[in-house]
Amino acid sequence: MDATNLPGPGVVMVTAASTAFDTVASVVDPEIPVLTIDELGVLRGVREEDGAVVVTITPTYSGCPAMRQIEDDISRALDRAGFTDHRVEVTYQPAWTTEWMTEEARGKLERFGIAPPTAVEDVRCPKCRLGDPRMIAQFGSTACKALMVCSACGDPFDYFKEH
Amino acid sequence: MTESVVSGAPQGMPVPETIGKRGWLLAHADDNLILAHRLGEWISKAPELELDIALGNIGLDHLGVARSLYQHLGEEEGKSEDEYAMGRTDREFRNMLLVEQPNGDFAHTVVRQFFFDCYQLQLWPDLAGSEDEVVAGIATRANKEAAYHYRFSHGWMLRLGDGTDESHDRAQVALDDLWRFTDEMFEGEASGYRQAWEALVGEMLAEAGLSRPEDPYQKTGGRIGYHTEHLGYLLAEMQWMQRTFPGLEW
Repeated sequence: MDATNLPGPGVVMVTAASTAFDTVASVVDPEIPVLTIDELGVLRGVREEDGAVVVTITPTYSGCPAMRQIEDDISRALDRAGFTDHRVEVTYQPAWTTEWMTEEARGKLERFGIAPPTAVEDVRCPKCRLGDPRMIAQFGSTACKALMVCSACGDPFDYFKEH
Repeated sequence: MTESVVSGAPQGMPVPETIGKRGWLLAHADDNLILAHRLGEWISKAPELELDIALGNIGLDHLGVARSLYQHLGEEEGKSEDEYAMGRTDREFRNMLLVEQPNGDFAHTVVRQFFFDCYQLQLWPDLAGSEDEVVAGIATRANKEAAYHYRFSHGWMLRLGDGTDESHDRAQVALDDLWRFTDEMFEGEASGYRQAWEALVGEMLAEAGLSRPEDPYQKTGGRIGYHTEHLGYLLAEMQWMQRTFPGLEW
């Protein structure tokens, strides 16, 4: 075999980075396990730097306590996938927004019982999809959610705040 | 006070020459840290479970803002965020006096929060256009959070002011007590802040049936490290673990 046809170091690195990306992108949010950090928009990038995998994430809310957990989960996932040299960096710019959430992710949230981010007046009950929900607590179980109740079925539900 | 735009500070944002960019970053980081600590003091003893969660959540947002500003400063100075929060004495803190005032009753906490939210609603939109992109990113996020905090504090100002005689009187006492710390918010900030802040507060007062306190003596000094006695006690509680076991980590 002609040695020049072998994939060069550049090719190998790209492959490694994309595998690392797949590994990191499959990490789920600890509070909302139906969504991956990629679908949530928390994952901003995975790159290879001097043989190390560098993952960039951004917080949803300034004080989101899940950030540390997410960092640990990313490290563990990379360890398991065989990447020994890696680190996680946090970036603040650009600021996270719920606009980054895909339609698919919104559908998953709704099926999980959490009303996806939209203007408060457009929120519909993720269970019966009828009625006119009202907010009962502006601050809910996590920084990114509020608590609403459905006027038709009477069920309370989490609403992922538009941000 | 002489004002100038210090390199690295947000564009169009006057920073007093006496404090510089470092003092300016510290001032805003300290405001958020100290208020976060005060709000955290409510956890497990707020009037209702919903308020417990709300005050804790608002505090977390402020804590997050403080951490990101300390980290940003720390990158330039080679320090960790903990060194700023846990390793400085009261004279080295640059927060405004308002945020270190004790929680008092629920009305005092709500008034303090409302004053601060109205102030941050002026601050963050300006900083979102900062030429320092880290500050801009922090401000963009914090601005949305401030708007959400404002909904909470504004809603409660109306309920307290326009509620029972008791709640009205307590809200008025809190307004009268805390008004003397409001001038300090505008020290070294853009001149339009005061007017916009007064407009938001005035609108609330009219709707809640509360009155604007007579202009009392104004207490300042936090930005240069002269604090009220309350900060020392707060720091003693916040810092004791790091003071006892320096460098301790989870």
